[in-house]
This record gives sequence, C-alpha cells and structure tokens, in this order.
Amino acid sequence: MLATTARPERVIPRVEVTTQAAPAAKPGNAAGPVKIDAHDVSVRYGGRAAVRDVSLQVPERSILALIGPSGSGKSTFLRCFNRMNDLIPGATMTGQVSLDGEDVMAADVSVVELRRRVGMVFQRPNPFPMSIYENVAYGPRRRGMKDRARLDEVVETSLRRAVLWDEVKDDVRRKSGLALSGGQQQRLCIARLLATEPEVILMDEPASALDPVSTLRIEELMQELREQYTIIIVTHNMQQAARVSDVTAFFTMAEDRAGYLVEMGPTPTIFTNPSEQLTEDYISGRFG
Amino acid sequence: MTTSSLPRPSLRGAASSRRAVLVDKIATGVLWAAGAFVLLILAAIILHFAIASAGVISLSFIFGNPSATSLGGVGPLLWNSVYMLVLTMLISVPLGILAGIYMSEYAREGRVTNAIRFAEEAISSVPSIVVGLFGLIAFVDVAHWGFTALGGALALTIFNLPLMSRLSEQALRAVPADERAGSLALGATKWQTIQHVVVPLAIPGIVTGVILTAGRVFGEAAALLFTAGLSTPAGYNFANLNIADPRSPWSPFRPATTLAVYIWSTNSEGLGNYVQQIADGSSAILLAMVLIFNLGARLFGRMLTRRLTAA
Repeated sequence: MLATTARPERVIPRVEVTTQAAPAAKPGNAAGPVKIDAHDVSVRYGGRAAVRDVSLQVPERSILALIGPSGSGKSTFLRCFNRMNDLIPGATMTGQVSLDGEDVMAADVSVVELRRRVGMVFQRPNPFPMSIYENVAYGPRRRGMKDRARLDEVVETSLRRAVLWDEVKDDVRRKSGLALSGGQQQRLCIARLLATEPEVILMDEPASALDPVSTLRIEELMQELREQYTIIIVTHNMQQAARVSDVTAFFTMAEDRAGYLVEMGPTPTIFTNPSEQLTEDYISGRFG
Repeated sequence: MTTSSLPRPSLRGAASSRRAVLVDKIATGVLWAAGAFVLLILAAIILHFAIASAGVISLSFIFGNPSATSLGGVGPLLWNSVYMLVLTMLISVPLGILAGIYMSEYAREGRVTNAIRFAEEAISSVPSIVVGLFGLIAFVDVAHWGFTALGGALALTIFNLPLMSRLSEQALRAVPADERAGSLALGATKWQTIQHVVVPLAIPGIVTGVILTAGRVFGEAAALLFTAGLSTPAGYNFANLNIADPRSPWSPFRPATTLAVYIWSTNSEGLGNYVQQIADGSSAILLAMVLIFNLGARLFGRMLTRRLTAA
C-alpha cells in the first residue's frame, strides 16, 4: 500500500513569490531571472513558414500565455521549447532558444534530457492505458528508478501536487488512467509530468477539452505550480489567459499565413491597454 | 440575393424523403445479410463436419497411429500440425513484428518502403505450390536437408512473413500519435516509447496477424508436400528428446506430414475402405484445432495487453 509513505503533509520546498505578476516595463523585458530566451525563432513546414522571427523572454516562475487566432503559430512556437517539432517530418527551425542560457537547438543536446526538464501537457488528455500508478511512475521508471519505496513516494508526491491524490488514492494501482474523468485525466497527465521533476511546463490548450469546473481546477493548479515552475500556456480562451497569466504574448498571422508575435506585455496591460491596434481588435472580439 | 426555398412538405412525408428512408432500410438489410452470411458459412461448415465425423471421432482416432487396413488414427499427424505451427510461429512472428516495427516506426516513406511493400504483396500472391517448389530446391536439394519440418516451416514463413509484418505494421500505425507524443514528451527514448506504449497498444492487431498466419499453417498442404514431406509416420517415441535425432518427434530435422497434407493425400490416393471417414474425421479435428487456437490466441492477447499496460 502507498499509505506507508503518507506522512503529515510533505513540505515541498517553496520559493516565496513576493511580486504577484512580475510587472514588465516593456515586452520581452520581464523582471526576474530569464528562464527561457527565444531569439528570432522561425519554423517552416516544408516550404511554408509557420512561425516567423519570434523573440521573447520568459522569466523564471511565471506564467506566460500565448494567445491569438487559430493558425497563428502559437502551438508550433511552444513545441520549439521541448523540440517536439523534431517529430514532424519536414519541420525545420531556425533562430535560438536557450534554457538557462544553454542552447536547446544545439546538435549535441539530448532531447531526452531536454524533455525531462521541459515537460508538456497536451490539448487532449493522453494518459497511457495503464494504472494511475504506472502512468505517474512512467517517467522515473524510464530513467531507471526501480526502488519500490522511492517510486511509491514519487507517485504520491506527484499526485498530491497535481491535486489528484485524494480522489484516487484508494485504487492508484488498480484503476486505469483511462477510467478517470477528462479533468482528472488532465491532472494525471500533469502529475505524470511532475514526477520527472521538470523546470518548465508547456501547456498546449490544456483545458480546451474540459468542462468549466475541470477547467477551473486546472487553473487553480497552475497558480500553485507557478511558485515552483515556469509555465507557458497556449490558450484560445482569453478569459483564461487573463485569469492565469502574468505575461501575455499575442500572435497573429501575416499575409502569407506565417505566425508572428505582435506584442507581449504584462497581462493586465495587454488586456486593458494594448499598444497595437491588432491586439486591441483581437481582445475586443473584432476578429479571430 | 435570391432566397431559394425548398418546398416544405408535411412531416408524414413527401415522396423524396420516403424514398430515402426506404433506401436506408434496404442498405441496412443488405449489410445485415452480408454479416449474417459470414456467420452462416462458419456454422454450416462446423455443422457439416460435426455430423460427418460423428461416428469417426474417438480417442483412438485422435491419438492413434494411421493404418492402411483399418480406420486407424491421426495422432502423429495432429502432433506434426501442432509442431509445424509452433516452429513456424517461432520464426515468423518475431521476424514479422520486428519488420512491422521497422516499417511503422523507423522507415522513412520512400523507395525502400515502396520496395518492401511491393515485395510483401508479391510474395503473398505467389501460389503456395510455387513456394513449395522453391522450398524443394532451396531446402531439400541445395541445402541437402531432405524433407524436414524445418524446411516446411521456412517455406511457410516465406508466405507468412509478409502478412505478419503488414498486419503488425498496420496495428502499430493505428496507435494514436498522442500516446507516442505523451511518452516522448516525458523524456522517454523512441525505443522505450515503442516498447512500453506502442507495442502494448498494438497487441490486439498483432494477435489478429498471428491468428491469420496460424490458420494458413494449419491449412497449408501444397507448400508442405515438397518440403516437409509426404510420408505417413508410424508411431512416435516421445521419450526420445534428442532433437538432433531424425527419429525423435521433437526434431526439426525429420519429415513431418501434417493433418492437412494427410487429408489431401488420403483423398487423392483414394485407397482403402476408410478414405471418407478418415477425411471427415481429420477435417473435423483440423477445424476444432483452428477454432481452439483462435479463441486461445485472443484470450492470450487480452491477457498480454493487461499485463503490459497495467503491470
């Protein structure tokens, strides 16, 4: 039983966040140490440009929201950070992305290590068809963790952090991850990712397939995770971006359908007083 | 702009919608009948042999030795069918799955994959008698093995491998991309992803491949005539475990006439007073074996999936 590891509230080392929404003076100049630095990033699918010349910086322990109409390259841009675009035949990326100052695109970078540090939550919850326990233990096991007691602890800690433990603790080993509700599945996917101890969490429309209550729970969870992780979320839901993020980047597409960054700034500014007309039009619902 | 509006008939139906409903009903009926027909054929075959073999099947027929003068039994031939099945599966299932994994997960679409697919289709459509003649030259003559179970199993592998690899490939391809991405995004390697996520999810499809290829092993006669031989075996001594001894029933280097070949030969020779009974009884046994194997393989596949996905 996992109960052996149940002790009064494991204290997770937390970093006190004093400033709520790390106010940035100018787009791309957010306060706090820079976790991710993208410079002139472009992605092409075959001959077609999908993302063009995007530069932005993401401060540590903050939430950046990428918003914009469908096809504006937000998801493609997001997948640059853990090199998931490598999996798409014909996709090529230029420019630079660095994680803690280290070039992510370098030829000798281990994508396996990169993806452990930069985890991802997908649009549709995609738990493996295994027990809840095995879903969470998947990452640590692949890295060779065999000790049962340690695995038990990682599984419990991760499920607790994803606020799923109380709902599933009675049959983590027996119940399939697929038997959970959509919202629980998505939190399981987050727990599965936390078990690999990432630093950055990429979320590609994590709540778009969920009902409003589940969506709210994911958003609350994000607020807690933000104290420890750097989060980048792609969302179509502007209220969601306004609710959860510290900084918002607005993407749209050019005449040739290539996505580009229009502007980026502290979320309140982007939603109340954007500098660009395009942003204004989008957030006020005039297009997109 | 002109607003074109369709005439609005009463709910109880204009001729056009009544016609559509009728066509829908006919289509449903035809499709149902096609499905029922498949079941009916299977039922008819089973029923026919159940009746025809009623007086023939007995323990002494199933396990006894063949006889030229009496009804005898089919024990050694039954043994050979099972033996050939296991031997062929040992060769073609791992090879087929590995080829399927290569085609689905590693090969880049292009000339090589096209050539492999062409070869798969071409080999699959070569008549089995031709595969048998090829085996006669390659294994019996050139390799100097004579008629052996191994030669037969290799001949069967020749035309089973394409089917096995194609079906494995399709089963692997059908695994949702989301599952792969989920694993890779957690920092699993490609091989780990294949091992722990893709293959377990593809097992039901792979089991279908195993069943279809197994059916061909049970039923194949032509490819085995010239490779595994056509000698009616006398009693086997199962205590002889020396697989290098061609007299041992465990040895792959011995002639191994299967039940299907035996059915063919008793019917084509047409000698003796019991030809019809032997054919009916053997067919019933063969049929029962195929059904048992199919159900067994499905059960085993389900167990395997459960084991691999929720360890």
